[in-house]
Amino acid sequence: MTIPLILYRSLRQHALPSLVAIASIALASGLLMTVWAVKEEAQDSFVNTTTTFDAVLGARGSKLQLVLNSIFHLEASPGNLPESDYLMIKHHPAVKTAIPIAVGDNYYGWRIVGTIDELFSGVEITPGRHFTVERGGRLFSADRKEAVLGSFAARRTGLKVGDTFHPFHGLSFDPRQQHADLYTVTGILEPTNTPADRVIWIPLEGLQTMSGHDPRLAHDVSAVLIQLRAPSAGFMLDLMYNRQGNRLTFAYPVGAIIADFFSKIDWFDRVLALVAYLVAVVAAASVLAGIYASMSARQRDLAILRALGARRRTVFGAVLGEAACIGALGACLGYFVYAGLFTAVAAVIRAQTGVVLALGAWHPVLWAGPAAMILLCSLGGIVPALKAYRLPVAETLAPTS
Amino acid sequence: MLSIRNLKKYYPTPEGARSLVVDVPEFRLAAGEQRALRGESGTGKTTFLHLIAGILAADSGTIEIDGVDIVALPESQRDRIRAGNIGVIFQAFNLLQGYTVLENVLLGMSFGPDGPSPVRARRLLGRVGLAHRLDHFPRQLSTGQQQRVAVARALANGPRLVLADEPTGNLDRRNAGEALTLIADACREAKAALLLVSHDERILGQFGTVRDFSEINQAAC
Repeated sequence: MTIPLILYRSLRQHALPSLVAIASIALASGLLMTVWAVKEEAQDSFVNTTTTFDAVLGARGSKLQLVLNSIFHLEASPGNLPESDYLMIKHHPAVKTAIPIAVGDNYYGWRIVGTIDELFSGVEITPGRHFTVERGGRLFSADRKEAVLGSFAARRTGLKVGDTFHPFHGLSFDPRQQHADLYTVTGILEPTNTPADRVIWIPLEGLQTMSGHDPRLAHDVSAVLIQLRAPSAGFMLDLMYNRQGNRLTFAYPVGAIIADFFSKIDWFDRVLALVAYLVAVVAAASVLAGIYASMSARQRDLAILRALGARRRTVFGAVLGEAACIGALGACLGYFVYAGLFTAVAAVIRAQTGVVLALGAWHPVLWAGPAAMILLCSLGGIVPALKAYRLPVAETLAPTS
Repeated sequence: MLSIRNLKKYYPTPEGARSLVVDVPEFRLAAGEQRALRGESGTGKTTFLHLIAGILAADSGTIEIDGVDIVALPESQRDRIRAGNIGVIFQAFNLLQGYTVLENVLLGMSFGPDGPSPVRARRLLGRVGLAHRLDHFPRQLSTGQQQRVAVARALANGPRLVLADEPTGNLDRRNAGEALTLIADACREAKAALLLVSHDERILGQFGTVRDFSEINQAAC
């Protein structure tokens, strides 16, 4: 009862500095967890998003740009490839599935992608799960000007089944670039938590033959998404397209390309982590400074406790326990900070990329971060605890007679 | 129960020398005995009590409490003996301001051999007339009431010896008389010896056995 009572009363007596210290620890702990969890979760989610397809074939250029453009629907297309190249890869014996896509139009900034219905009927987003259209809708017909919207795009554009719209040329919205074609929404896709949710899907031929597009390129595609029959085939096709050929780029394996991308921006993670570490150290220092500054005010109390028979190690433990207690309270509140920050960051990432980060996912940092903060705070409490340990009782209890 | 021989305590002076503050060749106090020491401020009375309580370490001599020489003991054992055998009443009361009346007494018990007992703490506070003030903080009490909390706390562990350092120094005459009576009676009921130091003749006049501290402390001569 003694130490908990002393801790409780001491925290209450020094409520303001304690609250400031707890808040700074919560911020530091939350920041630390968010930086690590977002980094890990983003990398996992981006890599997992690519597991649907093994490779992407596109125009000669950057593999990363090709993957970002065709799977994440980010960046510009590196160029087109002729229909003959699509047909060739489609009929290659090592290829299980080949889905062509064409890009180049938008609807108020939301990317319009032309493709074939096999993407929706034949491809599993995750094992055993296909794209499904919400009740009341259906997939587009390949020979009509019809569109199916990803769930996020539908929510943000406000388009519903039966609505019509005019696409705009280009990947960025320009009101002067409106096409004359009128498309009808036939369905909204169930959420997939992938970048596909941010896309307006139309028939491949519709995008290829959109009014104003160059008729000479009417059969070109922007990229081909590929599923292989066996991983070894990927290396063979890599050799064929990337080493022996010079017209096309075969991005394989897609997961490794994304992982490589993350390793290239690892410096950014390190900067964020460094900031989080610095915040953590500053927070621990604030605990030290807060308790140390209040030591003059609490010296008399500690001396009285000593006069009542408390041993040096008891008052040392009480001060150290107070620092650890501040750390623990801050670490607990840090989970709320983490939840808030993570949710905000995840919302931004989802809005920008369609990739969903799961808040509930477990990472070692979720225990290691708070534990480190408690340890740091305890270390910060050692100096004032030593001061309490060395307290001269008789002098502090003056007056004398 | 208290036996002191050749007790000496020096304090360092600003010049770097050592000043002898306490020099007590012999002093005894029997179990249950109540004695007052008279002395002016600055004559080493508080230092003498702190040495007996083990708050200060003596430079030489012996202080035996029930046959145990606390001068020879390390600080941690002196702390233990103080917690279990000695109650101290300070001039400034030295109550913990952030704690309630009940918690002050419970903390007084916390370091003793039996640990805190809310039942015993309430009974003690009832004995000093504060049963209705258990959840009050010291600042919410009158000076006389604070003194009574200090008395209850000093008796919290059932001490064999109570040391009272100018216990009425902050009280008016009427409250001082009542406080002295309370301390003496409470110690008698608890079968604790009482050693009280004061320079207040009004209080000392109410006390049975009074000695001049200068007769005991050779350094004060």
